[in-house]
Amino acid sequence: MNASSRNARRIVRDIAHARAGDKGNTSNVSVWVYDPADFELLKKTLTSERIKRAFPHLIRGEVTRYELEHLHGLNFVMREALEGGVNRSLNLDSHGKSWSYLLLGLPVDEGP
Amino acid sequence: MVLECLGERTVAFGHRDRIVDPSRGYNPHLEMRMNALLPTCRAAGTVIITNMGAANPRAAAARTIEVARKLGFKGLKVACIEGDDVARAVPRDQPFMDEPGNLSDVDMPVVGMNAYLGSDAIVPALEAGADVVIGGRLADPSMFLAPLVHRFGWNGSDLQRLGAGTLVGHLMECGMQVTGGYFADPGMKDVDGLSRCGFPIAEVTEDGSAVITKLQTAGGCVNLATVKEQLLYEVHDPARYITPDVTADFSRVVVENAGADRVRVSNAGGSARPDSLKVTVGFDGGFQGEAGVSYAGPAAVERGRLAVEIVGHRIYKLLGGQPDLRFSLIGVNSLFTNAGTYPAETEDVRLHVAMRSRRREEVEVLLWEVESLLCCGPAGGGGFRGVIAPCVMTKSVLIERDLVRPTVEILMA
Repeated sequence: MNASSRNARRIVRDIAHARAGDKGNTSNVSVWVYDPADFELLKKTLTSERIKRAFPHLIRGEVTRYELEHLHGLNFVMREALEGGVNRSLNLDSHGKSWSYLLLGLPVDEGP
Repeated sequence: MVLECLGERTVAFGHRDRIVDPSRGYNPHLEMRMNALLPTCRAAGTVIITNMGAANPRAAAARTIEVARKLGFKGLKVACIEGDDVARAVPRDQPFMDEPGNLSDVDMPVVGMNAYLGSDAIVPALEAGADVVIGGRLADPSMFLAPLVHRFGWNGSDLQRLGAGTLVGHLMECGMQVTGGYFADPGMKDVDGLSRCGFPIAEVTEDGSAVITKLQTAGGCVNLATVKEQLLYEVHDPARYITPDVTADFSRVVVENAGADRVRVSNAGGSARPDSLKVTVGFDGGFQGEAGVSYAGPAAVERGRLAVEIVGHRIYKLLGGQPDLRFSLIGVNSLFTNAGTYPAETEDVRLHVAMRSRRREEVEVLLWEVESLLCCGPAGGGGFRGVIAPCVMTKSVLIERDLVRPTVEILMA
């Protein structure tokens, strides 16, 4: 596989790792690049708008992005994103622990 | 040695247990853990701090005394911290902390209300020379901050150090989540010896900086990535992590390698603690039932979808109204629901139905209808299982700090 066809299929998991946590109906996912050189690409790929647009039925509220430049990480706080949260949701994963892989599954924005 | 064992809802479950049996309501693993830890900690002079008291710290302390006596540890001092139970101090129409409405809007019986206590509730127990400190709703990071305040004599107005100690607590409070537990992703983030993952150790210096590490003989790993993931775990604004002790600032924290499985953290900050304390209000949420049947082989997904349709018709017909019900097909849409576009190519799916109700009989109807798919549902279904469990609901409110009066009582084995 040549570099361009591999790049075309890259997902966020190829350049970053993540962990999800919950507070009520709010989910937060922190995303960290393995290589600091990929941080600009991550910032371009994972914008609040992009995440909100990618999961309109799941993430119903506001998405806020916090940036930790020196640690090369982003923290996304997603409101009304857990079907009511652990108190209300009947999702098997009512905490949204698996939401980290929701973001890691998005394609990397390789465009110019 | 700090054992942080409470989630938001765990205390509410504890209250349910305590209401059924006044001698219960604390962590069910307490006795097992004290039996395992007391001999080593007694020999080494290590103090144990825990919130395993949950909804009944007094009973947990009494049980610990019994364990100590059986082990022959006469004179062991157990501190019981109370005062987090604020059910009598919170007005019934107290507004919610983070959403519109107030407590009187909830049509469920309250089981308990607990304020988050900070390090100032724990330090007096350490000053009294306790060997084991047991409380209920002690805030997670505060249990780690308290021994630092005690040992280093940190001043309550030294917000930078309180922030630094809170960072240590935050990194440690989920145990193995910082030593490679909850981290492995084969091929990307491999972790050795995960089945014997070790608990974290923090080596803290007087200025509040710390090295996070683990025993060399234990599995797992401590590296920049494990520490960074935990740094923002359940954190919203990294510059404002609010605890009863301080508003900690994690936004400028320095994380650096300090050897094999050793990571140094420094430069946390802090500003004033809040004037009010968070209170978790627990309600009896009735019952939750879950039931499932599996389908495999050709057209498994189609048969699973037909099963959803059948159970749906039956439940709405039998229970009417709007039952609090959810269907998913494990293998197709159980976690991310309709959020992704995942091809349904699998030939191994499981119908999963969950339902919540104030009435146990309604949940029993669900279990019976799912089991009935084995004789009046799609072909080839198998592996029915169903469980019904008690359910709690929680809401958060605030209480004036001055209304919360923590107490410490020392019991002797």
